[in-house]
Amino acid sequence: MGSTPQGVESGKTLVEGNKETVALAKMIDRASGLGAQPSPEFEEQRTRWERRWASRAARRHEPGSGATDRTISDLPLKPVYGPEDVAHLDLARDLGFPGEFPYTRGIHSGMYRDRLWTMRQFSGFGNAKQTNERYHFLLSQGQTGLSVAFDMPTLMGYDSDARQARGEVGRCGVAIDSMRDMQVLFDGIDLAQITTSMTINGPAAIALAEYVATAESKGIPRAKLGGTLQADILKEYIAQKEWIFPPRPHVRIIVDMMKFCTAEMPRWNTISISGYHIREAGSTAVQELAFTLADGFAYVEAAMKAGMDVDTFAPRLSFFFNSHIDFFEEICKFRAARRIYARRMRDKYGAKNPQSWTLRFHTQTAGCSATAQQPENNIVRVAYEAMAGVLGGTQSLHTNSMDEVLALPTEKNVEIALRTQQVLAYETNVTNVIDPLGGSYFVEALTDEMEKQADDYFKRIEEYGGVIEAIEAGFFQHEIADASYSYQRSLESKDRIIVGVNAFEKEEERQEIDLLKIGEEIERGQARAVQEVRGSRDSAKVETALAVLKRACADETRNVMPPLIDSVNALATEGEIVEAMVGVFGRYRETAIF
Amino acid sequence: MPSARPLRVIVAKAGLDGHDRGAKVIARALRDAGMEVIYTGLFQAPEQIVQTAIQEDADGVGLSILSGAHMTLFPDVLEQLKAQGAEDIVFFGGGTIPSDDAAELKRLGVREIFTPGAPLSQIIEFVQRECGKRRELVG
Repeated sequence: MGSTPQGVESGKTLVEGNKETVALAKMIDRASGLGAQPSPEFEEQRTRWERRWASRAARRHEPGSGATDRTISDLPLKPVYGPEDVAHLDLARDLGFPGEFPYTRGIHSGMYRDRLWTMRQFSGFGNAKQTNERYHFLLSQGQTGLSVAFDMPTLMGYDSDARQARGEVGRCGVAIDSMRDMQVLFDGIDLAQITTSMTINGPAAIALAEYVATAESKGIPRAKLGGTLQADILKEYIAQKEWIFPPRPHVRIIVDMMKFCTAEMPRWNTISISGYHIREAGSTAVQELAFTLADGFAYVEAAMKAGMDVDTFAPRLSFFFNSHIDFFEEICKFRAARRIYARRMRDKYGAKNPQSWTLRFHTQTAGCSATAQQPENNIVRVAYEAMAGVLGGTQSLHTNSMDEVLALPTEKNVEIALRTQQVLAYETNVTNVIDPLGGSYFVEALTDEMEKQADDYFKRIEEYGGVIEAIEAGFFQHEIADASYSYQRSLESKDRIIVGVNAFEKEEERQEIDLLKIGEEIERGQARAVQEVRGSRDSAKVETALAVLKRACADETRNVMPPLIDSVNALATEGEIVEAMVGVFGRYRETAIF
Repeated sequence: MPSARPLRVIVAKAGLDGHDRGAKVIARALRDAGMEVIYTGLFQAPEQIVQTAIQEDADGVGLSILSGAHMTLFPDVLEQLKAQGAEDIVFFGGGTIPSDDAAELKRLGVREIFTPGAPLSQIIEFVQRECGKRRELVG
């Protein structure tokens, strides 16, 4: 049974067989399945409970009770689960053990007994010098990895002095215009020791080139660099909307990066396929699960189509999920994600290396679950969401700060968020038993249901012809907009309650927490700095490098990474490099729909 | 006499900010409340937004900003409304905007700022009331 990829389908075949086979198969299923043979006494207990449930007098009528029979994503919930809900599951096929296919229970055999998750707080604001100081602070407080947040102009490929950058420089993250800023950002940090995650997508290849050039300028070879680039462009068209080029050339650049890293940067995870932003844009948990994995499989297919062997790149793909406030639904989402991925990677894409089957993921607590009202309550929300991530087996975690719904976080609030993870890791003891919710009737049933619903989405995406075609048809965008509107309406009707927002409000609430403000002088200073870079370099060298880059862009048989590294070393700015590439690829425009 | 034509509102996104969840929810809610809604799509320059509003004969413009650039982009739109003689158009907005910034924007002439968690009913009521007044004056 262990090799049957789809439990559901094998069940169907059995039902269609003759009666004897069915009876025999049921016995076998019981023997290897999760649902034990119920005794007559148990059946009596069930009947009594069902009668009481049907005739019960007590019903909640307060706000929020309109949605007690559904998860936050509208998946139906029973009041209680039993062995009948998991009778179709097979222990070996569907659960296994931690570190064993299909990895439902975790990707490592020892999980947090052997190694805690990486506590990785996403951080960046103002200019490179300010952010560098925050990194030194976080590292001194026990953080174990760095995670760079870039500002909007950097994410969209504009220099800080561009007209489009007005008002945006340094606000959402750090402004990086050239390799010189990258050198300041990592000043005094040993890039051979630390791992760095960079959340950047459109210009991801440029950021990677700048990181490599920065390390090499300090004498650290690229082969020693460890970290992750987000570089997941498909979810930009679906949800986050930070694109530059149209989808097809963007995916080609990603494949170039995968090839480059496979050959030259063995410790670097090329791409972090992200559901986080899909969820923040208003999707349900199932949509986050399905769309993210569909994106992941699209990259796998693109790389295989470009001639790469799946086992050369798949072990370094990683994922990034949201941990929202519906506790069990999130845990089930993580478990289902591992199982779907393992099955498809082995059975559909033919990966042979077990490391190609394992879905490793980073988790961030849900920014969209935080409220501007009574912001201190966000500390509590973050703690529950972080625990769901850990019970779901995450490899690294970012806990949001309570003030992020209002502004970039202050140092004090970032510290509370980091302490939340430390309390979880060192005090609660939830780390001591692997997948402690495995075998729960409810958790197993919901995990299975989410896998089935994700499969339904995969079929619908295939009907469009694939992820890019579905993006072009506006499929994902419509699905997400529908889900977010229906969720908003459930808040309006008070079917769902958010504390401090549509119940338990305080009259005349005043913001009493201190907020981090980014001054306009950052923008002026950064604009001056990028102009100084342009004035001080050898411009003939820049022109040559950009011309070579453009030729590589126009020729699919060449890789864009080496000419990108040459361009950043010549101190070409990000905006100049992007303009050169736009000259070949064009710029993406979205049809506005709501 | 209020005209029989429904109120017309522009929902706009400016600058480099790609967060469009709120803007889309508001656009749908205003449409479901019986208004004509035009969503500009992302990355609009302030002058484009004001031009659209004038061309479409809009009663109101709602601007959504979650990138922190609100103290630049709201005043830019206000300035464009003045420059193009369209100050009668009701200009309001929303996003992750701290309360002291919201107060300053209202002082400058933004009619209302809604922050995360504001009920749709409150936003709809505001737009109907204020855009309705504008319609009565302008016709």
